[in-house]
Amino acid sequence: MEFLTDPIKVVYDWLLELFLGWGWADWVAVLVIYLLGIVLFISAVMVLDILLVWVERKVVARFQDRLGPNRVGPFGLFQPFPDIIKLILKEDITPEGADRVVFNLAPILSLGSVLFLWAVVPLASRIYGVDLNVALLYIVAAGAIGTLSIIMAGWASNNKYALLGAYRMVANMISYEIPMVVALLIPTVLVGSMSFVAITEAQANYWFVLVSPLGALIFLVAAIAELGRSPFDLNEGESEIVSGYHIEYSGMKFGLFYAGELLHAFTFGGFIAALFFGGWHGPWAEQYPLLGAFYFVVKAMLGYWVIMWVKYTVPRIRIDHMLAFNWKFLTPLAFILLMVTAVTHRVLLDAPTWLYISGMFLSNVLLAWITVEGLRMQARRKREADVSAEPAAAD
Amino acid sequence: MTAEQIIFFLTAALILISALMVVTTRNLVHAALWLIAVLFGAAVLFATLDASFLAVVQIVVYIGAIAILFIFAVMLTRRNLLDKVSQTNAGWPWAAGISVAAFAGLVFLVGQMHNAGAQKGEVSGDPLMALSTALVSPDAYVLAFEVASIMLLAALVGAVYIANRK
Repeated sequence: MEFLTDPIKVVYDWLLELFLGWGWADWVAVLVIYLLGIVLFISAVMVLDILLVWVERKVVARFQDRLGPNRVGPFGLFQPFPDIIKLILKEDITPEGADRVVFNLAPILSLGSVLFLWAVVPLASRIYGVDLNVALLYIVAAGAIGTLSIIMAGWASNNKYALLGAYRMVANMISYEIPMVVALLIPTVLVGSMSFVAITEAQANYWFVLVSPLGALIFLVAAIAELGRSPFDLNEGESEIVSGYHIEYSGMKFGLFYAGELLHAFTFGGFIAALFFGGWHGPWAEQYPLLGAFYFVVKAMLGYWVIMWVKYTVPRIRIDHMLAFNWKFLTPLAFILLMVTAVTHRVLLDAPTWLYISGMFLSNVLLAWITVEGLRMQARRKREADVSAEPAAAD
Repeated sequence: MTAEQIIFFLTAALILISALMVVTTRNLVHAALWLIAVLFGAAVLFATLDASFLAVVQIVVYIGAIAILFIFAVMLTRRNLLDKVSQTNAGWPWAAGISVAAFAGLVFLVGQMHNAGAQKGEVSGDPLMALSTALVSPDAYVLAFEVASIMLLAALVGAVYIANRK
């Protein structure tokens, strides 16, 4: 029964006893166990990634009224394996004039920046990599390395389309980092900690989406932009710049970018779940961490599904619209929301829970309503100005 | 040798080699990438000193923003700018001498400090909490913190003014 309540510790103790029995030194045994844990965890995540290829293709097919892969295995479940074999067998091309080392390093960093994120993902109450006290900043830092990998890929390819794609992507990621960090600050303010474990544990009674629905929405939008998915997929823009920064990559090097993108989206689904939807919390999840991990993966999948839903429904927006939307709308809104959340949280801190939740929720709704009204008035003023300007221009 | 020392020596070697590459490589983008390796090494050093916040901020700010800006700026210049130009000028022996003297002086000064070669100090409680209270505590760094904020605000206002000028 011990295994069900704390699986990681049981396995750890068993391995430690085994290795010490072999006459290993204490620190060697601990080091080997940690290395084994890292390798196993990353392998599990990568296997999940293989499955995500199927999920993504099947879901996009449904959104586009198609069937999707259905030939290999039941429901086309084994489709990723032919995909992988094809990617491995393809010729590995390095373009002429490419910067070899940087060119080959970029896909590794790209996938690595996503795998870094899994160190802090709180899978269940006692199943997680590390409990960093700066976990939220850590995921921003990992995103910075992702940005770096993209600019390396774009520059080293010696291709103007690749470079243009990288420029767009970096402009996108750097600017949407700001509303994302501010949205990350909202759970931080509510809990008083930047640790994922503490944030998840604080949601035992109510999910933060009730306390800060607008924060969850801003985080979702910023996450989609950070992922470079539609409507923010200007980096790919097939009709303009062919396919962006990974245009020159073939075979498994392209595969690494692709796998990184899918896993990134799923990981951000997990972050949305952990930050705003209670993470691993659910019935009996406290006693049985494996059940909590199951809840977490289900919630992460739902988040991933919403990201896919947006991707395959909304058309790509123009780059000036994208930047204006961020700097003139999302960033100020995120900052105002942060201030409103902090003040309301402080005022209602000692109030009973029902009053606290409804007060926070109402403050969010009020802010959203004011924003929408403001936008509508601005649009009307602009329309009227256009109408009154037209006859003058006709004269 | 403890694990911490091994990590320190590996990181120090990475930092020194990368720093050397920054100034000797002829390709400017490579120089920027080596600079990123230096900054990453500094982040690792912060992490081994239990300064997790500084380590992560080092990556977010220096690699995520400043190094990317460098790369952008470098990309806007001509490619392989220094291929034909000599990398040193006539004054290099003077510069080398001054650098060596400054290094020797620093080593001497650090050796004079009473806590030279000491182990890192124990931080009671959450180091992040200690840092954040120190930043807003009147007894500690609140003045420096606020001055830095005002300077950044002034820079921001100035940038907006310059960008807005018709």
